[in-house]
Amino acid sequence: MLVVIPAWNEEDALPGVLREVRAVCATEQSLSATDVVVVSDGSRDRTAEVARAEGVPVLDLPINLGVGGAMRAGFKYALRHGYDAVVQLDADGQHDPAAIPALLGAAHEHGADVVIGARFAGAGSYEARGPRRAAMRVLARVLSRVTGTRLTDTTSGFKLAGPRAVELFAAEYPAEYLGDTVESLVIAARAGLEIVQVPVAMRPRQGGRPSHSPVHAAIFLGRAVLALVIALSRPSSHTARARLHAAAEVKA
Amino acid sequence: MRGYLTALVVCALTVGTIGYLLRSRRIREKYAASWIALAVAVVTVGAVPSVLTWLATLLGVQTPVNLLFLVSGVVLLIVCVQFSVEISQLEEETRTLAEEIALLRLDLEDVRSQIPQQGAADPDARPSGAPPA
Repeated sequence: MLVVIPAWNEEDALPGVLREVRAVCATEQSLSATDVVVVSDGSRDRTAEVARAEGVPVLDLPINLGVGGAMRAGFKYALRHGYDAVVQLDADGQHDPAAIPALLGAAHEHGADVVIGARFAGAGSYEARGPRRAAMRVLARVLSRVTGTRLTDTTSGFKLAGPRAVELFAAEYPAEYLGDTVESLVIAARAGLEIVQVPVAMRPRQGGRPSHSPVHAAIFLGRAVLALVIALSRPSSHTARARLHAAAEVKA
Repeated sequence: MRGYLTALVVCALTVGTIGYLLRSRRIREKYAASWIALAVAVVTVGAVPSVLTWLATLLGVQTPVNLLFLVSGVVLLIVCVQFSVEISQLEEETRTLAEEIALLRLDLEDVRSQIPQQGAADPDARPSGAPPA
């Protein structure tokens, strides 16, 4: 398994996160064969050097592509090096690596291709308030319909992708706003992949606070709905599905 | 008569610029066709304004100038949409290239780290093959 950490100017938080991941991998039996790769998304600080100093390979993108772009590079790396699964973990320390075994467990238990580490599912005290929470709920409800499972947190960046999902996402992982969350779920669902969520505790972000203003919430919801509608109306998922089936047949 | 002259000069300049850009390969050939068509249209209308009047009567437009505005608006719209499409494609290509560069860099680092210390410690590894003095 491969842990992909997309990082954009995270030289301060990154070493701590890397050490934490290493500590978790050392203690957990199920994570004994886990590697880590940092994707430096056009960082202008010493993110890449910091990661290399920790002995972690770095995919150093020459330009900033956004989380989606960084993750597709990570998925390509995983595919070319023959990893079965990819865990996406934020570099700001928001995601607790100790929850990775729970994601892995859910993938095995439900035969899921995509496992979301969800924030509002019972574990932890993370809460969005006010209009933003309402916007996220609407989004969660619609995406639960699309994916056929109950999802409470669709904008979580803490996710596990199984072999079929890695193959799909290495080819198609949108770089647009919310593309790495909302749209990627739609792409996965329409390619016939199984999606489940697992409750995880999130830690507060180091810097920057989510906005609670109704205007921002409305803009967020508007853009999310736009991304959703476009993703749903796209015909390309048929070709994605066909490609997956073809790939599966070749392997069989 | 002076208005006619102005129109002719503008047309000549437009056509000349497009021709120059095409010849110096600053416009790629795949865009050339639409620009050449536009240049021809501009020249025709500029040189023989009665063509516009004739076209307007044919299409049922009462004021010929309005036909000109309509057509130029539509042409600009089409060009803008085409640019949006091309820019999106370019962004996707740039993204793919950036990803490949990052992957290649990492491969290169791996390969480099596998090569034993370049020659420095081992005189035989020098490309010249000359024995050390």
